[in-house]
Amino acid sequence: MRTVTTPDSPAPVKPTSVSRWPDRSFHWLALLAALTLVGLIVLVGWELYRGSRLSIHQFGPRFLVSSQWDPVSDVYGALPFIFGTLVSSLIALVIAVPLGVATALFLTEMAPVRLRQPIITVIELLAAVPSVIFGLWGIFVLVPWLRDHFFRWLKDSLGFLPLFTGPIYGPSMLAGGIIVAIMILPIVTSVSREILRSVPNLQREAAYALGATHWEVIRIAVISYARRGIFGAAVLGLGRALGETMAVTMVIGNRPEISASLFAPGYTLASVVANEFTEATSDLYLNALFELGLVLLAITILVNAVAQLMLRSLAGGAGAKAH
Amino acid sequence: MATPVSTPEKPKTAPAPVQPEAGGKPVAPEEGPAFDVRDFSLWYGARKALDGVSIRIPARRVTAIIGPSGCGKSTFLRALNRMHELTPGTRIEGSLHLFGEDLYAPSVDPVVVRRRVGMVFQKSNPFPTMSIEENVLVGLRLNGVKDRAFLQHRLEQSLRMSALWDEVKDHLKRPGISLSGGQQQRLCIARALAVEPEVLLMDEPCSALDPLATAKIEELIQQLRLRFTVVIVTHNMQQAARCSDRTAFFYLGKLVEFGETRGMFTNPSNPQTEAYVSGRFG
Amino acid sequence: MTGLMGLSSLLVIAPLFLVLYFLIREGASSLDWNFFTQLPKPAGEQGGGMANAIVGTVALLGMAAAIGVPIGVMGGVYLAEYGSARSNYWLRFAADVLNGVPSIVWGMVVYAMLVVPFKTFSAYAGGVALGLMMIPLVMRTTEEVLVLVPQSYREAGLALGIARWKIITVIVIKTALKGIVTGVLIALARVAGETAPLLFTALGNNFWNHSLAEPIAALPLQIFSYAISPYDDWHRQAWAGALVLMMLILSCNVVVRFVSRDRR
Repeated sequence: MRTVTTPDSPAPVKPTSVSRWPDRSFHWLALLAALTLVGLIVLVGWELYRGSRLSIHQFGPRFLVSSQWDPVSDVYGALPFIFGTLVSSLIALVIAVPLGVATALFLTEMAPVRLRQPIITVIELLAAVPSVIFGLWGIFVLVPWLRDHFFRWLKDSLGFLPLFTGPIYGPSMLAGGIIVAIMILPIVTSVSREILRSVPNLQREAAYALGATHWEVIRIAVISYARRGIFGAAVLGLGRALGETMAVTMVIGNRPEISASLFAPGYTLASVVANEFTEATSDLYLNALFELGLVLLAITILVNAVAQLMLRSLAGGAGAKAH
Repeated sequence: MATPVSTPEKPKTAPAPVQPEAGGKPVAPEEGPAFDVRDFSLWYGARKALDGVSIRIPARRVTAIIGPSGCGKSTFLRALNRMHELTPGTRIEGSLHLFGEDLYAPSVDPVVVRRRVGMVFQKSNPFPTMSIEENVLVGLRLNGVKDRAFLQHRLEQSLRMSALWDEVKDHLKRPGISLSGGQQQRLCIARALAVEPEVLLMDEPCSALDPLATAKIEELIQQLRLRFTVVIVTHNMQQAARCSDRTAFFYLGKLVEFGETRGMFTNPSNPQTEAYVSGRFG
Repeated sequence: MTGLMGLSSLLVIAPLFLVLYFLIREGASSLDWNFFTQLPKPAGEQGGGMANAIVGTVALLGMAAAIGVPIGVMGGVYLAEYGSARSNYWLRFAADVLNGVPSIVWGMVVYAMLVVPFKTFSAYAGGVALGLMMIPLVMRTTEEVLVLVPQSYREAGLALGIARWKIITVIVIKTALKGIVTGVLIALARVAGETAPLLFTALGNNFWNHSLAEPIAALPLQIFSYAISPYDDWHRQAWAGALVLMMLILSCNVVVRFVSRDRR
């Protein structure tokens, strides 16, 4: 009597004749390719760290809280860029999440069936527009319009808030936030839509059975059920917003200052790297830019990981994401 | 083609003298057993699916395996060509010999086992990207056979054996999935026969077919036993009675009774078998 | 309430039409034979084109595909055919994290990896940057379409005594080929418009590129540098370039839609 145990994967069992080696090498090749993912994460982290060592040594944690960015005297601090990145991304979220969720609700609960697919297609195509084209359109169409109409109107009606004071230039934190909002709308909408679609019909029917109106059903049964998933969608959108580079660089004004007014120009981590990387004259300057990249990477990976874990923990939720 | 891996070890009992045929392929004499299974148990993780099965399945006969669902009959069939190993975390105990050769010996490659022991599935599954011809020849081609005359010969031979030749000979280039359900199943049989297995396993091959298509397959099985050992799992007892020579009844992972089909259905020795074949449970 | 939601939807889809409208209004008039055949002209001179940038983008995409497609597809094969549930969970997680890495960061990484050691910006570096970005994209879509291939085809292949790697390459991948091609096209369309990873790798070039070890022009780079320039001529060229890039990406998407509809 003999005991034969098969391994925990449906992999080839035992090496025997010569015919095993192509199978084994194919398996290893596939494994190697999959492990590239892990290798890439390590590579990205390592290269950014290696590139920023000088700056990390020189400035230590002060780098994160100093607002001085002075290539002439070789002193660098990341605060204005962290501020600009966070503020422009928050503006984008404030605009994109309500619009995206409302659109997702419209698409899953209300829109005539005939309209749904075309709208979905348009949103998918919107996601395909390159950042640099949004930037071009931003510079020449959106920003002038914002400057001449929307910002003026904001200042006239909400000018008592510190957010909407000061001179209007056009390129500004608010313009950057708006363009990023447009760019993250597709992902916020499509992930919210997946979440809403995963709400079981039983939920809706139960609410209807209680005599609720259509809108009440949506509010009680659908939104409350999907709340966590929608939050996940928002965090995912935030992850995208933080890393947006080209369009933001082209409309945000690129000045490292911290101002209460959203009409003032700002600067983000990604845009300062994009603008100054090839002009970095000293090693320390280049290292400081690498450290900005490291900070950006840390923030985005953290945010994305949170979003993924949230979406994955929803059983069956978020279709493509949680697969 | 089917190169049996030589194992030095010979079973002490069940001598199955192997005679070389014209092709040099070992073929058992009429009455020797094809499979000699001893005290064979199989676990899926912690669940025991087969419990101490011992059976000698005769060569060039049709053996039917019956039993209520979940009795282990499909598991047993899959263990005969080591297909159960696709499920992660399985474990076996006991021995299983095919024409005297231990199929679970450490030196035996499951791929080689499956070349010798072909299989036809419950649902017909011709490869969707391939034509009728490509479907039949895929096993040979992917195992390195390039001789075109030989392939052409084998194509016709396999399709004739599966009683499909006359229906498809004029459109061999059409996609395999363009055929009807019954034709697709016969195409799958032709595909399995093309690699010249010694044994053909059939896992409820007619359960998705209409009665006419079923009749054709059953007729075909009668033809096949002249050349092959056939093991068929079925939950249709009439089918077992109609087309098998021997019948094995499985219940709760155990082999309850095994014998001549006629005897099993007219005069079962075990009360459980009697209850099952007379339709009182299952 | 429904009205308000409908209005939101309108606001969400409006930007696509606005962008397309302005691309055509501002860009179409500058699209002529010269645009596709000429090199850029120095500031102040009329005319010129983006022939080198168009060729450059194609070359960069070719290199990116050469890196991203084999690794991505093989990784997808691992996830769908070999990986255990546990390892797949983490590998998918890694792929999603990588998809979230800002594109500018890829540029910096490849700069440190290939530009610094070889002391020159190069087409290779640009291609590698785009190729690395493609890997997780291709991997996930490949996995998704491979798991859709019914298990019964794999079993049928195994029962014929065919080696597993042949079953995967000849039967499984072939069955899912349309889906894989779709995924590759989507990934290519996505990286075709990327600018940030090219800024300090491919760098851009106003002339024809003679060797892949030299800087190379690309449409997105050219659009960017023209858009932020002070010259009206260059702005017009930027719009025209953007129109061409948009058409390239849209046609990719249309092909994908056509292919995947055919599949159902």
